[in-house]
Amino acid sequence: MKNLKTILGMGILAAASFFIVAADHIDAPAVQGGNSDITDFYAFQGNNTDNLVFVANVQGLLSPAASDGAMFDENVLIEFNIDTTGDNVEDLVIQAIPRNGKMYFFGPTAPSQTGLSSMIETTPAVGGVVDITPYGTNAITSTKAGMSFFAGPRDDPFFMDFAQYSEIIAGNATGFNMPGADTFAGTNVMSVIVEVPKSMIGGSGTIKTWVESKRK
Amino acid sequence: MKTIKNIKVLVIALAVSLTVFNCSKNEANDDMYGKPLDFSGTYTQEDQMGRPAINTVFVSSGDKDMFNVTVPSAQNAAFQNKFEAQLLALNPDYTTNALTFDASTFTGALATDVLTVSLDGKTTFFDGVNVLTGRALNDDVISVELLLIFGGPDGSEKPNLTDDNVDANDKTFLTSFPYLASPW
Repeated sequence: MKNLKTILGMGILAAASFFIVAADHIDAPAVQGGNSDITDFYAFQGNNTDNLVFVANVQGLLSPAASDGAMFDENVLIEFNIDTTGDNVEDLVIQAIPRNGKMYFFGPTAPSQTGLSSMIETTPAVGGVVDITPYGTNAITSTKAGMSFFAGPRDDPFFMDFAQYSEIIAGNATGFNMPGADTFAGTNVMSVIVEVPKSMIGGSGTIKTWVESKRK
Repeated sequence: MKTIKNIKVLVIALAVSLTVFNCSKNEANDDMYGKPLDFSGTYTQEDQMGRPAINTVFVSSGDKDMFNVTVPSAQNAAFQNKFEAQLLALNPDYTTNALTFDASTFTGALATDVLTVSLDGKTTFFDGVNVLTGRALNDDVISVELLLIFGGPDGSEKPNLTDDNVDANDKTFLTSFPYLASPW
């Protein structure tokens, strides 16, 4: 029964990704519509201003019907990269990887290697684990040593009239409409959210940061 | 007698293994059967992102996969020229923008796709005062990017292309963790 649900969900997901094949979130052929496709990245000061929040969203344009079947892939690592020295090379990483319905977080910690290949840094003392929130239930969060963790489906926070942008680029329109229409309204994403004390990622000054998805 | 002794040993051995089982079951990185989870192996990059819509807008369709597997420190050398050509294709009238960046300076800043974030105060893509100190959920990032691409030195050029007229999300964000709204 569960398998059938998953297969149905994947079918709907595939149909949805063909339907809106050119959308903003689906940015490159190798990943588009798949479970490593990053749709968005946010980094902002938390409600507690001593903290910074990182948000990585993957698997964009999930319809409500498709969201129940959407899952994180245990072979896909989500890695938040933090450069504290201004050379655009990561000095710290926060890694998130799902196992058996939970999302495990490691770091912030110095990675054992930088660049396109990563090992999961299982030794650092910092990090945490949270149950992945099932679709249709309240957000499940956890905290550990000043950090907060969440993983699961959320409303896509991105907003844009992407459809009209595409029409302009295609030469079919000369400008945006007033009012515009949010192409991402009513759609969901799979979110990985971590809030971390600023003291763990450089303390003060400016960092550069980006998110990566990596597959085993 | 000897048999009874053996049974005793067996019982103790069983008890010990049960205790060990129960202890390890509670370890953070063990599965529900107490077996350590497997986090081994090499994970190879497929996608990356720093600022919104950079890959979408500035990277040509044939380069999109390559951009995703070029480390940020190598992106400027590999992509700045192509970004500049794309900027001038999008807006042939481009001179400078509201940040006073000419085409090469602007695309040089964009080609390295990382997000600059301040640890000292307000975090926003652009709020009229602060420029690129982070990216908050409410930031109208697309209109900011459109303004910088099409708006000219004072933001007044091409008004029909500098704002998509979608200024907010379709659901209200939460004021506390996890901040993002519940799914539809």
